[in-house]
Amino acid sequence: MLEKVLWLWLTPLATAIILLFLGKRLPRRGDWLAVMGLGLSLTLSLSFLLELFQTHTFEWREQMAWLSLSGLSISFGWLIDPITILMLCVVTTVSFLVHLYSTEYLKGDPNYARYFAYLSFFTFSMLGLVLVDNLLWLYIFWELVGLASYLLIGFWFEKKSASDAAKKAFLTTRIGDMGFFIGIMLIFYKTGGLLTYDDIFKFVAQGQFTGEFLGIPILTLAGILLFLGAMGKSAQFPLHVWLPDAMEGPTPVSALIHAATMVAAGVYMVTRLYVLFTPEAQLFIAYIGAFTAFFAATMALTHTDIKKVLAYSTISQLGYMMMGLGVGAYVAGFLHLVTHAAFKACLFLCSGSVIHATHTQDMREMGGLKSKMPITFWTMLIATLSISGIPFFSGFVSKDLLLAGCLSFVMEHPEHLLLALFAFITAGMTAFYMFRLLCMTFLMPAKNLKVIDHAHESPWAMTLPLCLLSGLSFAIFFTGSLDGAGLLQVFGSWHDWFNEVILNPAPLDEAHGNAHGPAMALSLILATGGILLSYLFYLKKPELPQRLAQNTQAIYQTLIHLYWIDELYQKIIIQPLLKLNTFLADRDNRWIDQKLVDGWKPLTTQTSKGSGHFDNIVIDETLVDGSAVVVSTSAIQLRKIQTGKVQQYVLMAIGAFCILLIAVYFL
Amino acid sequence: MKAYDVIFYLFALLTVLPAIFSAFHPNILYAALSLFISFFGVAGLYALLAADFVAAAQVLIYVGGILILLLFAVMLSKNIYGATFQEEKKKKIWPSLLGMLFLGVITKIAWTTHWSEALVDNLVQPTTARIGHQLLTDYLLPFELSSLLLLSAFIGAITLARSK
Amino acid sequence: MAVGLSHFLMVSGLLFVLGIISMISRRNMIGVLLGIELIMNAAGLNFIAFSRYIAQDLSGHIFTLFILIIAASEAVVALAIVLRIYQNRATISVEAVGEMKC
Repeated sequence: MLEKVLWLWLTPLATAIILLFLGKRLPRRGDWLAVMGLGLSLTLSLSFLLELFQTHTFEWREQMAWLSLSGLSISFGWLIDPITILMLCVVTTVSFLVHLYSTEYLKGDPNYARYFAYLSFFTFSMLGLVLVDNLLWLYIFWELVGLASYLLIGFWFEKKSASDAAKKAFLTTRIGDMGFFIGIMLIFYKTGGLLTYDDIFKFVAQGQFTGEFLGIPILTLAGILLFLGAMGKSAQFPLHVWLPDAMEGPTPVSALIHAATMVAAGVYMVTRLYVLFTPEAQLFIAYIGAFTAFFAATMALTHTDIKKVLAYSTISQLGYMMMGLGVGAYVAGFLHLVTHAAFKACLFLCSGSVIHATHTQDMREMGGLKSKMPITFWTMLIATLSISGIPFFSGFVSKDLLLAGCLSFVMEHPEHLLLALFAFITAGMTAFYMFRLLCMTFLMPAKNLKVIDHAHESPWAMTLPLCLLSGLSFAIFFTGSLDGAGLLQVFGSWHDWFNEVILNPAPLDEAHGNAHGPAMALSLILATGGILLSYLFYLKKPELPQRLAQNTQAIYQTLIHLYWIDELYQKIIIQPLLKLNTFLADRDNRWIDQKLVDGWKPLTTQTSKGSGHFDNIVIDETLVDGSAVVVSTSAIQLRKIQTGKVQQYVLMAIGAFCILLIAVYFL
Repeated sequence: MKAYDVIFYLFALLTVLPAIFSAFHPNILYAALSLFISFFGVAGLYALLAADFVAAAQVLIYVGGILILLLFAVMLSKNIYGATFQEEKKKKIWPSLLGMLFLGVITKIAWTTHWSEALVDNLVQPTTARIGHQLLTDYLLPFELSSLLLLSAFIGAITLARSK
Repeated sequence: MAVGLSHFLMVSGLLFVLGIISMISRRNMIGVLLGIELIMNAAGLNFIAFSRYIAQDLSGHIFTLFILIIAASEAVVALAIVLRIYQNRATISVEAVGEMKC
């Protein structure tokens, strides 16, 4: 078993190292090596999944000593349970397909081998992130995926925007990671040196985690701090600003890192550490998630860059997942992670295919691509239907569970009505902007013939991943049947594991069941409404959006400028600092300089006159000028020993050392 | 202890005389060759000090490795016998005076300081196994670092010496 | 007078001084290197002597071994540099490269 895990985990690392050093000398620059390595990892992950389906329960753990100091020992360990296996499958599947896709997408790039090395390195880090069983290692891999993301966003670093985006991504997530690390240290400190998940869960379940800080229980505080890390990584409001910029990286990278896996790491982490989050912390998560979902969806409504729309959509969906986790529907939240990984990766790869064919990202220049790129169109349609939450597609299953969870939570706590409001409006908006994207790209009449003319369907290495991923967007793969019960069965053991250690059993089953019907109906109505609206707007009456934009200029401008978030950060953080500086400088000038300093003037003039004479004669002419003469003459003499000859320097050093020795020992 | 003293003076002479020769002989080739003998003498002194492993390492690495390298370098640079490298005697005066001063200081310190000499067991034991054990326990980090150092010196030397 | 620590220190001091003289007075770069090797040996001898007479353990031996290692790396790199200079300038006089800057 250990060998299997190690093969699964370390093969990408090995290929990354080989490609980094030898990539340029291998035939085809070594892409086959990376693809095959990932193939091996994928096969092993799928074998775990098969085993899980057969046994319905799976648990394997292994630990080894890593760092043992006196009084502190930190182990390195692997933990494989159903949630890990699902993550492994998601990561390796998407990564494998993205590797395959990239062999075409980046063909001819001068840094082809380096790209694959980074991609494999990312996969290794991500696998490590899901495999480890303690917080410290989680953090280490957490940073490593951040590093890989930085490297890949800035892959075309000669473009200024790309290197800027890479830096922005790294620094913005760092703000969250700081909180994450403080949270880890807090837990480490309060539990007396525990880092392994199980130990911490036991500690918490026994109610030993006590203490307050400013009236907030420490556990809540730790939960919120941990969640800060997830906010950075999963691009939750207000740390979401890096993700749209991250689209400067190659599109397959966006599909792998910024849609399917790394940004979902935050969701994974919250799921994994769910036990640590107190109801207050969960509420915080729910609100942040719901608001992010709504907020990002509104920004996606008006954007015209195909990748940015998808980026905002990703933020919105991640917000959904977080909201699901926050309201206690963690199974739904995690399921949405899995389904989202498939259909969002598919959407990104489709957009990559389109960009590859048209060499533009601006949707206003596209249109009429349906006949040119049929495979891309149909796969994208499937993925779009899935994300919009249409029955028989995977997005429907998970989103429905999520909305039901949210609705049941709100029914229990009516004061949090806002959550449900956000969630359902977002469902409608999602359908709208996704179909808007589809219409503008494929269905509307061609606007820029130059762009469309040389467009053609992508080669098989790009379309095959599209087909496979769109296939995975059908609900049947996740439920085994159509009612969603099948998957829950797989989740059964995991569910039990949660309930064993959990503080407050989540209000899942009964209330959830009651909320199911209305949630499904409502979300369906909203999704259909969104689709019809976009059909009306972009196919039936293309002049409508224009008019609407004109009529609601204020809202439109706000959306176009993304709520002025970047400008806001400029205004509220950077400019006030500058203002504060000028203000202080001004005060300094007026009060300190003019009043305080200048006030001494009469006194000092008198004294200075008296001392002036003294100064002139004694100090200036004797001491100052005298010492200057001494210095200049000695300098002229001493300059002679600066010969630039090392041997003379050594001679002098030894002589000085001699004198020192004599002084110390004989005087 | 008589024999020990005799052997010590023998080795000391074997060390110091060639060293003097090497420091003052104008011809660099002879200087290098006399250093060869001097290092053998140092190895002998190591052996006298019950440092068998270090003595062997000295012979192997210094005599067998470093000096051979130096000799090669001497041979590779042409004109070594030429007038350019016949060092003038005058240059040695100042360094020699300084050296005498320094030596005087050291001698004074060496003889007047009261060393807390504690040569309790005069038993000479083989040290190889213990050194090996210590290198892999207490001194593991410097040991590994030194391997890194050797590797980098190796690569650096190759890069530097390779003609472009 | 029986041979003791001071005798060894004297030998080591002599080696050191000779090394210094060689290092300062030689114009040939290889001569300078020879001087450095002598100094390293003097240091090694000191370590072993102190280890034998005072410390009574093997730490001195180990440091001498590290000195050997450092001497080897230093000699290798320095000689490579010397050869390089010789190839470029056809001289290995220390004074000839005194003006060499970055």
